[in-house]
Amino acid sequence: MLNINNLQAKVEDKEILKGLNLEIKAGEVHAIMGPNGSGKSTLASVLAGNPGFEVSGGEALFDGKDLLDMAPEERAREGLFLAFQYPVEIPGVSNINFLKTALEEIRAHRGLPALSSKEFLKLLKEKQELVELKTSLVNRSVNEGFSGGEKKRNEILQLAMLDPKLAILDETDSGLDIDALRIVASGVNKLRSADKSFLVITHYQRLLDYIVPDFVHILYDGRIIKSGTKELALELEEKGYDWLKEDFSTQE
Amino acid sequence: MSKDENLLETLATSEYEYGFTTDIEMDYAPVGLNEDIVRFISAKKNEPEWLLEWRLKAFRQFLEMKMPDWQNFDMPEMNFQDMSYYAAPKKKVLASLDEVDPELLDTFNKLGIPLEEQKLLSGVAVDAVFDSVSVATTFRHKLAEKGVIFCSFGEAVQEHPDLVKKYLGSVVPSSDNVFAALNAAVFSDGSFAYIPPGVRCPMELSTYFRINAKNTGQFERTLLVADTGSYVSYLEGCTAPMRDENQLHAAVVELIAMENAEIKYSTVQNWYPGDKEGKGGVYNFVTKRGICKGDNAKISWTQVETGSAITWKYPSVILKGDNSSGEFYSVALTRNRQQADTGTKMIHLGKNTRSRIISKGISAGQSHNSYRGLVAIHSNAGGSRNFTQCDSLLIGDKCGAHTFPYIESKNSSSVVEHEATTSKIAEDQIFYLNQRGLDTEKAVALIVNGYASEVLDKLPMEFAVEARKLLAISLDGSVG
Repeated sequence: MLNINNLQAKVEDKEILKGLNLEIKAGEVHAIMGPNGSGKSTLASVLAGNPGFEVSGGEALFDGKDLLDMAPEERAREGLFLAFQYPVEIPGVSNINFLKTALEEIRAHRGLPALSSKEFLKLLKEKQELVELKTSLVNRSVNEGFSGGEKKRNEILQLAMLDPKLAILDETDSGLDIDALRIVASGVNKLRSADKSFLVITHYQRLLDYIVPDFVHILYDGRIIKSGTKELALELEEKGYDWLKEDFSTQE
Repeated sequence: MSKDENLLETLATSEYEYGFTTDIEMDYAPVGLNEDIVRFISAKKNEPEWLLEWRLKAFRQFLEMKMPDWQNFDMPEMNFQDMSYYAAPKKKVLASLDEVDPELLDTFNKLGIPLEEQKLLSGVAVDAVFDSVSVATTFRHKLAEKGVIFCSFGEAVQEHPDLVKKYLGSVVPSSDNVFAALNAAVFSDGSFAYIPPGVRCPMELSTYFRINAKNTGQFERTLLVADTGSYVSYLEGCTAPMRDENQLHAAVVELIAMENAEIKYSTVQNWYPGDKEGKGGVYNFVTKRGICKGDNAKISWTQVETGSAITWKYPSVILKGDNSSGEFYSVALTRNRQQADTGTKMIHLGKNTRSRIISKGISAGQSHNSYRGLVAIHSNAGGSRNFTQCDSLLIGDKCGAHTFPYIESKNSSSVVEHEATTSKIAEDQIFYLNQRGLDTEKAVALIVNGYASEVLDKLPMEFAVEARKLLAISLDGSVG
């Protein structure tokens, strides 16, 4: 589904990604861990098409198509979703209106007719329950006045509504208490299927107890330096990043 | 391309879709402004002596007045001698549409004003003002059944002179300001409506305007009188063709609401705004004022201003009657190099009077958008209340939003509330919406429409749909 080859990217002339390689097949859940500054959020931003990041080399293919050549809205319509680390507030734009408009765009791209208001509200109610988000919040403006946990759950609600092929979760667990973490993870798990993939970016192993990954990758200094299964995450938790840094520098 | 450029690119001028001209035989007054021109106009309209005198008095006042200098925009060079003050199509007003100049009808069709059966079925009476002379009035007879008078100002002078004489200038006297004086001297035509006591006007009244002939300013005069216990909702929508020279639009609108009467006045303004460099465009210098003459009267102004090179207007309400209420809802959008200095005046004279002001300014490009409002509570206006909310939304970093609120309260039992916010459409908000499948144009339209919702919801239904579309289109850049 996703093929990243030698991806290089920079922000304001500072090189962050220095040749990243990654392959994600349909149905797989991949986790990416790494110390601060390793490029985790940069990777998420570059894949989503954030104009503040410049790709300086390499390629990324999404279902065989050149992802980096597409505008961010095109990537979204093709089925790529980013659950933001810091979801922004959009006052004046109701959650419902926003979701309905976004869903219509994506469905139109897939050649599907728009849902009737009735069908839409039914779907919304269903997905709301998945993330335990109160109706009072859903009726508000996008993320306006939401707590950190509510914002993250709203991201997962959108994920559930828009039904993407590949979902990138950018440190979705940061700032969440145990209960919120459980809800978010359970929501994600219910969406797992053989034709959907997830790229879970996280600092802590804890989330991976709930969202069990098929593969774990360690990102360090702009490259993936080690890949393994979920055991790798446990090893990292135990030994810390210094272990890897030593390992990495001896490899150089 | 930097982040800011990306956003600004999408807000550049799109093709002004109403840009075209009509070439039919025009009857022009010679260029220039003097007493003879005033007499010429009055004679062309076959006006009674008292009206000519009224015009001449106003003209003499105009000559004594000075141009104001407090406005927050660059005042263009105005040479009043350089314009023709009268332009009328040669053919006269006709009984049936069959006899109307076909080119003229075509113009109306292009503007989306179908004067035929369709309009009849939708139940909206249309008084289409083409330059200085009203060409057709529909539904007059239907309204006449209820005793509602709705016709061109010119016709009202001929057929209801007593009503016109009684109310003309009672809300906006010629001496009010320089453009009101000018309008009083050379006004071309406009609308007149009178709603008899107890009558709820059966349909929305609407009027369309269009400035056509080169160098001709448009000086409409509108007078609406709602007698005791009556109700009327009036819609006004304007478009104008693309021009190189600037065109002055100095209209005057007077509203009079008697005891227990209600007037709802809605405007969607889309005059040619000028090009990207700020060349050309209409100057919209309008004086609009209503008086709640009787107790419990209500006047509400709703406006969506997206056009004109310069918009300068303060639709106001004088709250004379006790318990009367005034409302002002406004969305003013400026982009490229447009300028706006607009707002309202709520004058509380009577007891327990209420006013509500919701102003939503949107600035983009290199434009400047100013809100100027006055809430004046006079000493006798015990128990009065005002609520004002003026918000500004900035798009990009080269535009400006300014606020000049004035509060004068001479009564200690009244309550005046003022809230103001200034916000920006942030790049990360746009990116968030992009990431959910919405392209930037749609994203900006969604945000702006959400921002303006409170005002747009006040418009009569069919106008609201048109206004939302207009906002989105006004923000459309070249595609992609």
